Amino acid sequence: MKIGSQTIQLENTPKLLQTASMVGPKEMDGPLNQFFDLHTDDVFLGEKSFEKAESKMLEQCVNHLLSKAGMNNSMIDYIFAGDLLNQCISSGYAIRNLNIPFIGLYGACSTFCESLALAASFVNANYGKNIIATTSSHFCSAERQFRMPLEHGNQQSPTSQCTVTGTGAALVVPNSSSIHSLYITHVTFGKVIDFGIKDMTNMGAAMMPAAYSTITTHLQDTKRKLDYYDAIVTGDLGILGSELLVDQFQKEGYDISHIHKDCGVLIYDKEKQDTHCGGSGCGCMASVFSGYFFEQLKSKKMNKILIVSTGALMSPLSIQQGESIPSIAHAVAIENEV
Amino acid sequence: MNTNIDMSNKEYSDYVEKKATNSPLLKNIFWAFLVGGIICMIGQAITDVFLKFGFPKEQASTYTTIILIFLGAFLTSINLYSKLGKFAGAGSVIPITGFSNSVVAPAIEFKTEGYILGLGANMFKIAGPVLVYGVTSSIIVGFFYWLIKIFL
Amino acid sequence: MEILITYLKVFLVGGIICSIGQILIDKTKITPARILVLFLTLGVFLTAFGIYKPLIDFGGAGATVPISGFGYSLANGVIKEVNEIGFLGIFTGGIKAAAAGISAAIFFGFLASLFAKPNIK
Repeated sequence: MKIGSQTIQLENTPKLLQTASMVGPKEMDGPLNQFFDLHTDDVFLGEKSFEKAESKMLEQCVNHLLSKAGMNNSMIDYIFAGDLLNQCISSGYAIRNLNIPFIGLYGACSTFCESLALAASFVNANYGKNIIATTSSHFCSAERQFRMPLEHGNQQSPTSQCTVTGTGAALVVPNSSSIHSLYITHVTFGKVIDFGIKDMTNMGAAMMPAAYSTITTHLQDTKRKLDYYDAIVTGDLGILGSELLVDQFQKEGYDISHIHKDCGVLIYDKEKQDTHCGGSGCGCMASVFSGYFFEQLKSKKMNKILIVSTGALMSPLSIQQGESIPSIAHAVAIENEV
Repeated sequence: MNTNIDMSNKEYSDYVEKKATNSPLLKNIFWAFLVGGIICMIGQAITDVFLKFGFPKEQASTYTTIILIFLGAFLTSINLYSKLGKFAGAGSVIPITGFSNSVVAPAIEFKTEGYILGLGANMFKIAGPVLVYGVTSSIIVGFFYWLIKIFL
Repeated sequence: MEILITYLKVFLVGGIICSIGQILIDKTKITPARILVLFLTLGVFLTAFGIYKPLIDFGGAGATVPISGFGYSLANGVIKEVNEIGFLGIFTGGIKAAAAGISAAIFFGFLASLFAKPNIK
């Protein structure tokens, strides 16, 4: 049921049954390493190209999710998936072996919440029983599409972020009394917001206004206060973007510094790993939510969280044509059963 | 709670600019100066060796260019030039070794798309403009020099 | 002693040229690919106006090794060729002077990429 201007209340409260995550070597060096299910030391995963490696990572992650949930692929009704590459090839190629109806999505780094929100809405409407939402990104494949070749010797701007090599997958199922897991209560789809930032090496600043708009709209639509949530988790605003977001709420008279978390900030150790403003990419929130936050909710260290993944909707072409960076954010509210 | 940010694009850009950490300019200049200077001294040393063996000046400096380009390509292929570039910045971009790096880097990267349309077509992805504008401006210079020579 | 001073000059001129590039990158966000084009074109025109030659006489490899020195050979080559063969030199002079550099870049680039594998930084 739609409430307010942009939010859907999921009156049948679908459940988030299980998640799986997989990351690359740099993420395993980071502070969250103990929370990821799978990891690889080889950025190629034995494949010949980075694109194939990313596909393989996504496929392995989905297979791991199925085995964790004790299911096989014939029991899955749909899979919502997306990534950063042109024509979403990582997802498409990964899912061709899985034999599951596939709905490909692109929302840049916001895709994880986009796919989770759609999966939850589908289950809520009874269009399917077991639906998977997943996204991936790979540092090397993203770097060659959006920036310079890896071997090119150049300096990163201090505001730049590092694309996470990682993937996460979540399984959404209908509510039933026999399943004890997390509820998805609301989803809020964001508008495209553009504040004229043109610097591709400063995505956090470009995406912050979208995150702000979606979070405040969500609160308004659900008539909830900020302190309803134990944590408001943004996808990849990074260090600068997070600072800007906290400041923006401050200006409106709200202090969110103690409940705001950002996956891009959490995943790397800034001092040791030389990651400038933190992590980014579809795989950032996917792996950090599926690994770290799912665990926090399961162990009841947190009970109600709002996850907001943020995406920058530009392409290298639009930037070369002098366009600014439009951005978007989608939110999903997840709660423990009490 | 206001759902809109009450700022114009210009105000927001200025505000972001103020909040963002700047590049460590002095540190960057120091490393650019040091690495750039050292690469040039290596070039001078190579030239001096060729001069010592009796090569004429012009040939000596051409050999220097070839050897530096080889070094740049070699260091790129063993993944060292990108590490150098991380702290040297312009110090590794501007010397001729940086030109070589910008030829080799995309060639390695696009090898996965095949030897013709991958490696071959993308080799001058970054360095191509250098040739386009270099040759074009040399032709402009040549044309005006020719014109001036006729009329003076 | 004399050789020390020569190398100090090389170091200074090369270092200063690179520092100017670094300031441009950090202050104006010009990308390295554009810096290459900018310095090369500057090298060509500074040579044409007779400004680059004195710099090479002073700094040696400090002025020839940076990409602006590549511009110097282009401009110098075209002027020389126009002097020798006239109009046709406009089209042959530049590339002729830069031929060794371009050929070396293509050949070594090809060789290097045959044996190298892309890797994470």
